[in-house]
Amino acid sequence: MSNSATLQIGVGERPSPPPLASGIGRRRSGDRVFHGVVRAAVWIVILLAGGLVVALAWESAPAIRKFGWPFLIGSSWDPVAGSFGALPFIYGTVVSSLLALLIAAPLSLGAAIYLAEIAPFWVRPPIGFLIEMLAAVPSVVYGLWGVFVLVPWLREWVQPALGRWLGFLPLFQGPPYGVGMLAAGLILSIMIVPYITSVSREVLLAVPNAQREAALGLGATRWEATRIAVLRYGRSGLIGAVLLGLGRALGETMAVTMVIGNRPEISASLFAPGYTMASVIANEFTEATSDLYVSALVQIGLLLLGVTLVVNALARLLVWSVGGAIKRPAE
Amino acid sequence: MKKWFAFGWFALGIASLVSPAQAQMLINGAGATFPYPIYSKWFEEYTRVDPEVRFNYQAIGSGGGIRQITERTVDFGATDGPMTDEQLKKAPGELFHIPTVLGAVVATYNLPGSPKLQFTGEVLADIFLGKVAKWNDEKIKALNPSANLPDQPIVVVHRSDGSGTTYIWVDYLSKVSKEWEQKVGRGTSVSWPVGLGGKGNEGVAGQVKNAPGSLGYVELAYAITNKLPAAAIKNQAGRFVEATIESTTSAASAAAKNMPADFRVSLTNPGGEDAYPIASFTWLLVYRDQPNEAKGRALAKFLWWAIHDGQKYPAALLYAPLPGPVVKQIEAKIKQITFSGKPLLAAQ
Repeated sequence: MSNSATLQIGVGERPSPPPLASGIGRRRSGDRVFHGVVRAAVWIVILLAGGLVVALAWESAPAIRKFGWPFLIGSSWDPVAGSFGALPFIYGTVVSSLLALLIAAPLSLGAAIYLAEIAPFWVRPPIGFLIEMLAAVPSVVYGLWGVFVLVPWLREWVQPALGRWLGFLPLFQGPPYGVGMLAAGLILSIMIVPYITSVSREVLLAVPNAQREAALGLGATRWEATRIAVLRYGRSGLIGAVLLGLGRALGETMAVTMVIGNRPEISASLFAPGYTMASVIANEFTEATSDLYVSALVQIGLLLLGVTLVVNALARLLVWSVGGAIKRPAE
Repeated sequence: MKKWFAFGWFALGIASLVSPAQAQMLINGAGATFPYPIYSKWFEEYTRVDPEVRFNYQAIGSGGGIRQITERTVDFGATDGPMTDEQLKKAPGELFHIPTVLGAVVATYNLPGSPKLQFTGEVLADIFLGKVAKWNDEKIKALNPSANLPDQPIVVVHRSDGSGTTYIWVDYLSKVSKEWEQKVGRGTSVSWPVGLGGKGNEGVAGQVKNAPGSLGYVELAYAITNKLPAAAIKNQAGRFVEATIESTTSAASAAAKNMPADFRVSLTNPGGEDAYPIASFTWLLVYRDQPNEAKGRALAKFLWWAIHDGQKYPAALLYAPLPGPVVKQIEAKIKQITFSGKPLLAAQ
């Protein structure tokens, strides 16, 4: 469910092509066909998206009628008693994704800057290729790696150490199970690094060379030139790249469910097990027998769609506001 | 243009190659994932018995199987937990539960030296309720006086995905513990008082294998193939029984005496000296009155084959075969399958 692909991530100005002077002259039949085909394509996409929302809303109607708004803040999930609340899942989804972003964003931006600005030319293609390879690894493989490598490592080394030195923080308290929110955040961060890195690298490469030359010509150091002339220029694109990663993290299902511990509880500690919206749907849908139960799961799906929509909208706003703030000098 | 025509002919040619021959009959089914390996073995073997019939089975889960047979989008359903009265009422016709094989669920654990442990149902329920939280609790010690039990918290591991395995497990806990029945109850997913969720048998087993001090439950077949330690459980007759294919079949023999006519029976905690107490049937769901005569007859014949000749295949795949007395009872049921009132199987 990576659904942020609609983010505008370019850097340069995009002069939209002038509208075709459709009224003038004789239109060729080929033009008309082309026109019709592309217009139909747009409508199909819009209808699909609309149909998805309608279908989800329709199927979740029984749960919405039964629980109403308290569904959003309820924290019990008991299929036997038929009482459902979504809060632990919303919390788990948002916290694991933000944690992933916190780790992945600096890492990926660093890698992108190195690849675009600093690395010798001969190492750029192979390293770039390797990072993009990470994006092609199926998520269940990340999950297996998480179960057999990451989780034992966290349980034996990282969590005891964190508990010992930083245990006064509520974030690092509780028994070290290995699985839990921390493992989920880590595995998500590894999964989104290739997305953020490769998109930000493209963004940085799209920055005109004149920017760099001008900064260097004014006596800037390499780092100053990168910071002032390149990063600032590509700011909106870089934010777009990061939010693309966030969108991917919000919807990730398989790898997360294998390491998060799957316990619908809200805990301040990152060591504690949690649960995400996508995971609970994947876990429980196949064996959900009562109508209300199925409906509650579909409503979680609707909520997940809502959360990703809100995140994407915020991303758009951020890209626009940042993009508007830097009026590009006339070239 | 010519190229496209050529392509079209080519596509048609491919399509005619892969589509089944006209003479064959396709019977569609959907449902439980747990018996999928034995069902696909049966469907394959059955082509030698009747080459005219092909089966298409989608292992989409018991919930999906029940929904699809209720909506008549498939010819048969499959489920690991019996349908409720409410669900049966929603079906447009009378549905039969046909038991096919048995499965068992075992308690597996990770302790230094992998000692052989023994549990009673009450103690297992207390552990899963969080009331017995340490391995050296007096209640566990009393059952295992010779085992070296560490002063360590018990990490409870359960299934995170809805599953028939979970249903069997909590059904057993509900029978042996009033407190479990009231606080948690039965279901394919429940609200667990304590513990971590692992996805699938492999998720639970992986968690138990990796984390010292953990205790979880997995299917018998999974425990045997992965050589996991499995606890012996005290049955109603007071004996500690290990899960094997034989002791699982015994659980059904013990229940045969009081078998309800519709086979919707829970086999957990049965009587019987040798019965392993955490076992269950898995069922196929078929309509009593079949909508299509030829298909209905083929289906009834297949069911007859499955409970007789078909029963030599489950053991190799680590399912327990049906006991003889139960097969006799199911025979009577299959003979009741009709098409507009006429029985589809001649008396055999």
